[in-house]
Amino acid sequence: MTIEQLKAAAADNLWAAIAPEIMIGLLALALLVAELVLPKKRHGIIPLISLSGLLGVFLGLLMNFRPLDLGGTTFNGLLRHTEGSQFLRVYFVLCALLVTVLGIIALKKQKMPKTEFFSIVLVITAALMLLGQAHNFILLFVALETVTVGFYILVSYTRTNPLSLEAGLKYLILGALSSALLLFGIVLLYGVAGNPAAYASSTNPMDFDALRVFLAHNPDNFLASVGIVLVLSGIAFKIGAVPFQIWVPDVYQGAPTPVTAFLAVASKAAGFALLMILAGVFSSYSGLVITVLSIMAGATILFGNFAALTQHNVKRLIGLSGVSHAGYLMLGVIAALTPGVGSQAIGAVFFYLAAYLLASFAVFGVMTHLAGSNDSDQELDHYQDLVKTHPFLAGVLAIGLGSLAGIPPLAGFMGKLFIFMVAFKAELYWLLAIAVVGVVVSIYYYFGWIKAAFFAHWRPPLPADSVADARPVRAAVSLPFGVLLGTLATASIVLGFYQGPLGAWLLGR
Amino acid sequence: MIFPFDPLLLAIVAPLAAALLLIAPLPERVVKAIAALGFLVPAVLGFLTWWHYGANLDAGTGYAFRTVYDTGLRDALGISLHLGLNGISMPMFLMSGVVGLAAGLYALQTKAERLRFYLGLLLVMQGGLMGVFASVDIFFFYFFHEFALIATFLMVGLWGGKDRSYAAMNMTIYLTLGAMLSLLGFILIYIKSGAESFDLIVLRHEIAQQGLSGVAQNYAFGLLMIGLGILVSLFPFHTWAPLGYGAAPSSVSMLHAGVLKKFGLYGLVQIAVPLLPAGSAAWAPALAWLALGNIVILGLVAMAQRDLKQMVGYGSVMHVGYGFLGVACLNALGAGGVVLFMVAHGLSVSLLFLLTTSIYHRTGTFDMDDMGGLVKKAPVLAAFFLTAILASIGLPGPGLLNFWGELTIFMATYEHFGWLVVPALLGVVISAIYGLRAMGKVFYGQPSAAFLKHQESNVVTDLRWNERIPALLLILTLVGFGVWPRTLSEPLNKTLGEVYPASAAAVQK
Repeated sequence: MTIEQLKAAAADNLWAAIAPEIMIGLLALALLVAELVLPKKRHGIIPLISLSGLLGVFLGLLMNFRPLDLGGTTFNGLLRHTEGSQFLRVYFVLCALLVTVLGIIALKKQKMPKTEFFSIVLVITAALMLLGQAHNFILLFVALETVTVGFYILVSYTRTNPLSLEAGLKYLILGALSSALLLFGIVLLYGVAGNPAAYASSTNPMDFDALRVFLAHNPDNFLASVGIVLVLSGIAFKIGAVPFQIWVPDVYQGAPTPVTAFLAVASKAAGFALLMILAGVFSSYSGLVITVLSIMAGATILFGNFAALTQHNVKRLIGLSGVSHAGYLMLGVIAALTPGVGSQAIGAVFFYLAAYLLASFAVFGVMTHLAGSNDSDQELDHYQDLVKTHPFLAGVLAIGLGSLAGIPPLAGFMGKLFIFMVAFKAELYWLLAIAVVGVVVSIYYYFGWIKAAFFAHWRPPLPADSVADARPVRAAVSLPFGVLLGTLATASIVLGFYQGPLGAWLLGR
Repeated sequence: MIFPFDPLLLAIVAPLAAALLLIAPLPERVVKAIAALGFLVPAVLGFLTWWHYGANLDAGTGYAFRTVYDTGLRDALGISLHLGLNGISMPMFLMSGVVGLAAGLYALQTKAERLRFYLGLLLVMQGGLMGVFASVDIFFFYFFHEFALIATFLMVGLWGGKDRSYAAMNMTIYLTLGAMLSLLGFILIYIKSGAESFDLIVLRHEIAQQGLSGVAQNYAFGLLMIGLGILVSLFPFHTWAPLGYGAAPSSVSMLHAGVLKKFGLYGLVQIAVPLLPAGSAAWAPALAWLALGNIVILGLVAMAQRDLKQMVGYGSVMHVGYGFLGVACLNALGAGGVVLFMVAHGLSVSLLFLLTTSIYHRTGTFDMDDMGGLVKKAPVLAAFFLTAILASIGLPGPGLLNFWGELTIFMATYEHFGWLVVPALLGVVISAIYGLRAMGKVFYGQPSAAFLKHQESNVVTDLRWNERIPALLLILTLVGFGVWPRTLSEPLNKTLGEVYPASAAAVQK
């Protein structure tokens, strides 16, 4: 490339378009600097710096939700900014805010370096935000790897806990495998679409637009089909869809609770963002994509729900129930591939993700607060009589779990309703039948958890040789955290009653 | 009279607002006053809307007191909080107000643990019930039902009697399955009718214009019949009901067996049969046979009970068979009978549950073999109980309204199914046998040894005034409408005349 060509290319770089990501990246560095500069006893304010920075970005994004260049691409087609990507940016920043709050609470119970945790959360967030705007396989892969590498560290963050280390190792190996699958798929697609001998080949086959045009002209290329399936498999790892779900229970149990929440919500949402972006790119292969996703979705719903039935550890339980949620969401993605249902189905998926965020963080918040010093050891038994000792926490837990179970009048129900409606429109009757079975089964374990917290229980007498009760001590809830949990629970209720402009915007398209 | 406010919205919001107020730390007397007010408002509004129904009736739509509130999805999905009463829902709305007030007043005098929480949940249930019958929009009809169901589940689990945890779980799983199936049925109608709206008026209009394919009607009615059937304990999906009623606290049994369960029958009469004439014609014979299963088989099971509360529970499940039989006739006569029967059944069953608990408080047991001779100690209770038993048998007199309902159903059954009416008539004999036998065992004869022993340590009093008032409220309403059913049947006739011609055509073979 000559200087002129580089200059011409650079002219398309619109740095203002990614100002939020840049700011979050700078914030991550600022935290590290703050740790060096500030005296040790002032380190408590580092997470607060992170929180206020994130809050600023969050408000900034909301105020400038529809920038002028919406719908266009920047950075020579690396990024494409849409209403959906703007939604995801807000979503990921909100996740980061909540994870940071949970991190503050969880890290108090551990003797661990603290600043790095918050810093890595920020780096992951910036990468997730870019991922939601990806319009090119190179950018997609780099952003995804940034996210995954960040998670490798976070999952094994409590390094004194063998389960956390085991989880980190599992996530590392399986994550690497999934990256390899994804990369191999990308290479295959690059190879077929970039082959100059092929009809309608492209000089820039990493670009989604170019790839879509190529695929539309070659609707039954075998290598492209293999590539598509491999790319989908790589993403299925991230969202924990069957048969790529094996890592979920162990990693969810071993990872510190805030990281579990981050994985469950943000990482899953990123996977679905990619699926929806790629669904558009692979639209000429929609028959293949629908078949693959349908099989995965059915198996995911059934496996997630039935495997969660037998769990006693709440982190494993919520991990496996999260697998089933991935299945319901895939229903929405499949519906989005059906002509005539498309944009409404995408709106339904977004609404489901929003409801899932509110409910999950309510539940994870309660879990984080109640966890003892051994973060992996959170059993259903530990929730006994919660309604007597902490009625507020029990209420938040019940609302969060009820919303996850899809019980009206909570937001989770509306999410399921929208997904079911678009799936009906797309005539996915078999998957709907499976989903109904899944919902009914899920009632058993979600309400089993509520039962543990609410209904009076017979408690086994302590064994003679034990010194004290192994159950962790329950502390009182601090006011700001209580307000936060209350807000999450209220939001779940309000969004169930009144979807307002959000509902009209997401589903009216 | 033109109301200066929306009476239907107020009837829904008042109990919910009262429930919210109870969260505040108030002295017990204020708590009770607020709760009483929350129960009183819907009942008063029920009577007011009944009295002023004719004057407010809008001839174009056939609904009175119609208002539409947009919750954000009206334009996007055709879902809006559309309230209104027609001739079918007005009697139900009135009945649920009255039963709610009786159940509330009865709950006020109980010595439940954490009374504030108990009353709050009961108020939530009441708000949901008023919403069920005030909704013109099918989505909100379903939504309010689930709303009331959650409160039911928690109350059974927290304040229930024997086996409450198991009963609550059993009930929730069954009812979720029923609710999910009927939701699928409703979505099927929504999508296949092409109306893209859950508004019943729009749906009716659209289906009258466009029609609905026979296959879609078959599936939709099948889903609704089984789904709603589970909710109304249609044989053989009834097993949750006696178990649940046996375990539930009395006010909850009153509201659930009396009112909430009518959701399913009401849904069939108001929505499924008029909208799906071909589907209902195909399923009606099967429904009639299952209804006979309720009447005969469960009637015999009720006869075999020694536990009074179980007997009342089975008796209530048995009687809903009449409702299904009336629905299966698919004509205005049968449907009209079902609505009158539902009102009568709601009032008499809740009266029975109330008195059963009052008997328990005097004898300390539900086992009828351990009672006897109670009439000497509690003559008023005996008189009330006899009234309730006679009403539930359907004898003219106290049970005049039950009589009108059952008579109409029998006439419709004879007209439509011929000799099938014989086993249905057998049900009257069965309920007379178990009812009068219970009367004899509990109140007449010599006191059993166990009851004498119980009297040594407990003073047995007659029905106190705070128990008499709710019971009298139910009895007077029942007798009043029995003597003067025209005020209910005239608007009912008018609505059925508008709604049912479609099915009359389908019945002709």
